[in-house]
Formats: sequence, C-alpha cells, structure tokens
Amino acid sequence: MIELPDLRLDDASALLAHDGKNSELQRDESPTEYLQRVIDSLCELSLKDPLTGLGNRRHFHAALERQIETVARSGESVLLLMLDIDHFKSINDTHGHLAGDQVLRAIAHCLAGCVRPVDTVARYGGEEFAIILPNCRPLFGLALAERIRRTVAGLSVPVSPLLNLQATISIGGAYAPEWVRSTTELWIERADNQLYRAKSNGRNQACIDQPQELSVSAEEKGLLFSHLAVDNANPFESGPGNVTNRVNA
Amino acid sequence: MNDVLTPPTQNPDAAQVPLKPLGKVLAVTSGKGGVGKTFVSANLAAALAKRGHKVLVLDADLGLANLDVVLNLYPKITLHDVFTGKARLDEAILPAPGGFSVLLAGSGMVEYSRLTSEVRNEFLRVMNSLVPNYDVVILDTGAGISDVVLFAVSLASEVLMVATPEPTSLTDAYATIKVLVGQQQRQIIRVIINQATRPGSGAAITNQLQQVLDRFVVTGLNQPIRLVHLGDIPVDPEVRQAIMRRQLMMQATPGCPAGMALTQLARNLEDSVIPRAA
Repeated sequence: MIELPDLRLDDASALLAHDGKNSELQRDESPTEYLQRVIDSLCELSLKDPLTGLGNRRHFHAALERQIETVARSGESVLLLMLDIDHFKSINDTHGHLAGDQVLRAIAHCLAGCVRPVDTVARYGGEEFAIILPNCRPLFGLALAERIRRTVAGLSVPVSPLLNLQATISIGGAYAPEWVRSTTELWIERADNQLYRAKSNGRNQACIDQPQELSVSAEEKGLLFSHLAVDNANPFESGPGNVTNRVNA
Repeated sequence: MNDVLTPPTQNPDAAQVPLKPLGKVLAVTSGKGGVGKTFVSANLAAALAKRGHKVLVLDADLGLANLDVVLNLYPKITLHDVFTGKARLDEAILPAPGGFSVLLAGSGMVEYSRLTSEVRNEFLRVMNSLVPNYDVVILDTGAGISDVVLFAVSLASEVLMVATPEPTSLTDAYATIKVLVGQQQRQIIRVIINQATRPGSGAAITNQLQQVLDRFVVTGLNQPIRLVHLGDIPVDPEVRQAIMRRQLMMQATPGCPAGMALTQLARNLEDSVIPRAA
C-alpha cells in the first residue's frame, strides 16, 4: 500500500501550483483521491503549451490520430488547418521577445475564440499553430479559414502603453481523405504544402487542398446508365442501329 | 516552421518519388472490387509473354491480395519478407504458369494496407530495381481510391481501368477516374470492359463514360481527359471454369472467346504503348 508521506510530491506540487492549480491535500480528500487528482492534473499539464495555454504538439498528435480513426469508420469530413504568423522573426527582432510572446498569446487567444468547442487548437511549434475541425463540410473550409485569417489580421495587440502591434497569418488546410485510414504524417504534409502555397503567394491568405471529389450526382448517373436503358428496351435486338443510338444518346 | 520560403521537408522520402515512372509500368485498377482486375492482370501478362515480352506481375493490392489464389501459387518467400528485410528481392520473384514472373504480396501484408513512409519507400525501392529488368511490369492494384492504390497507380506510366457493364461498377469506375484526373493529372486512361454482353457494347460504354466526363469534369484547356477503349472481354463460361479450377485461362483454353479477346488486348497494347518484342 502506498503511504503519502513516503512519496516525494514536492516537484509535482510546485508545477501544479505554478499553473494555478490547488496542489495540497484537501481536508475531505482520501490519499487515493488526492493522488488521482495530482496525476490527472499532471497529465493535463503535459498536454498544454505553457506560453499560450493551448494544446501542445503532443495533444495535437493524439487528437489527429483519433480523427483518422473516426474518418476511416464514418467518412466524416475533417479539416486540418496549419497556421503560421507572417514575418514573426521581424517582430521579435524589432520589438523584443517579450512583445513576440504577447503577440503569440493574443493570436492564440483569438484562434481559440474563432472555433467551436469540438475543435482542437494547438500550438504546433514556434509561431505555428494547428486547428483540427471535425465535421466541417468541404464547402465551408475555405470560408472558415478566411474568417480566421481576417479576424487575426484585425487584431491589435498592445505590447506597451504606446505601441500596438498587428500581425497577419498564412493558413494551409487539408481534409482527411474520406473512408480511408491515412496517416498523420501524410495529412500534415498535405496541409503544410498548402501553407507553403499561401506563403509563396504573398502571405496573409488561406489555401485549402480540396478533398477528392468522389460523389457522382444523379445527373451524371443518369447519363452513365443511358446505354442500359437501351439494352433493356430492346433485349433481343443487337443490331448496329442500337449501337449508334447509344453513342449519340 | 521558419517564415522563410522553404518547402516543407519533414518527409525526406518525397524526393525519391520519381516524377516520370521508368519503363513500361501498367497499373490495372478498378473502381469496384470483384470486376476481374487480377484475372485481367494475370491473363494479360500471359498473353504478352506469349508474344515475346518479358513480363512481371506485382501484387500491389497489399492489404487484400489474391493473385496467389488466381495463380494457385503459395510461395514461402513473398514481398512481405522483402519489405521486412528477411529476404532479397530476387528470392521473392517466381515463375508463374503462363511464362511470366510474379511477385506476390503474401498474407502478412495487412499491416501495409496503410501507406506509411516506410511502405512508400520500400515500394519505391522494389519498383526501381524491378523495372529495368522487364519489358512490362503490371501492377495488380486494389480497388477504389485508398492511398495505397493511388500511390501504386502514381508509379505507373499507363492506367488500365477494368469495369463491367453493371451500373455500380461504372459509377465507381467513373468516380475513380475523376480522382485520378484531379489528383494525378492523368490525361489518358485505358478502359477494359470485362463481361461484355455482346460485341461492341464495351466501346459504347467507354464512349458513354467519356461523354459524362467531358460534361462534368472541368480540366485545363490543355489537359483534356481521354479515355481509350482498349478492348472488351466477353462473357465466357471458360473464364469461370478456369477460375474455379485455379488454372490460368490463357493456359487452359487460350482459344476460347475470352482468351482471344485477351490476345487482342495484348496486341492493342503493342500498337499503342509497348514496343513490339524483337
């Protein structure tokens, strides 16, 4: 049996306290409940980006893996966006890293406010963010990415009493191939390729890799099957006249 | 990512993907399963071999391969062992009845039904060493548009789309052609209509597919999609007989209507894409 006094929980307590979490054993709490709470809080902490409070890369990868399973089974359309702050290095170089951090935080906050509760927003690294949007119809993808881009572009970040900074982002997006169990690497690569396209087209814009069009409309089907209608109408005639009819149908 | 204009390069394998496939690689594919891809691959290989070509058929339906069943071959060493480094490539190539070579996937390939960068790399490595040694390499792919199928098809210089006259088969063939055109900028796709009910009906179906594509699929002006009707294979009881007996039809009854159709398909390929054997 584990005895609480035997455990060295100081480091864990300090980490949680630093994140604003209650890390002390509560009066009405059993040792088991307390330990479970500490472990849960540490897990939560391990998935969070300390600067922005968004999910970190570990969190992002786990969420993306889950989405691939969902898409493979349900065929749901899920959009992945990769977002990168334009010319971020020059913000850091001109105004200092503290100002850069403030911009990162403000944009992170703004992104989190742009999406639905089911969506996952994460800091992918440096000045790059990622957003996973389950159940996002292909028709809406570009409009949605555009809306996010515009909202960020309209942001004014106060970094000192006299200075407000503005920043723009470039966005690349890709849908998971429906009904197919793809890989996170391929999916990220496709979104990254679109981000690269957005950057090379001049930044401050969104590019989306549209999903492979697999639907065949009723009109298309009608045309595809017109030869069958002819076959059924004249099951015993197979003269060349029919062939001509079909070709011209 | 740094805000510099460097293409994303976290995938070091990307550069190895050849832009233009080397040599004559034919991908036999279909929209729907069960329309006779493997039957066509094996028997077309035999027909080409009979006409003097050095042919290899590669079981590229990694997850659900059944070329072994069609050829009645159950080798100890398969592509799986090559992928996992347990055997050399030449150890996995075997002679098939019908005078061509085969490389079978093996049942352990289920784990390769996902296109990971390892699978992509191994596949490329195998293809790069195979292609120079044969006049024709036929990839017997899976059905539909899973990423393994699309990848296998992307390695081919020619796409042979197999369909039957049934509405479901045609719809899926049409949907797959749309994806191939959109994703791989294919301009020519060769169509084989299997189980054609009467002479000439296959060409009419291909024509129909072409008309629907022209009307509904928008491509650049310089990249129209062209479906080429490669030929029909008629409904023939000998085909079923051969499949049930696990024999290669081109060996058992090469003179039957389906056999003659396959010989004609081989000839049509010689006229269009494969140089005639010396």
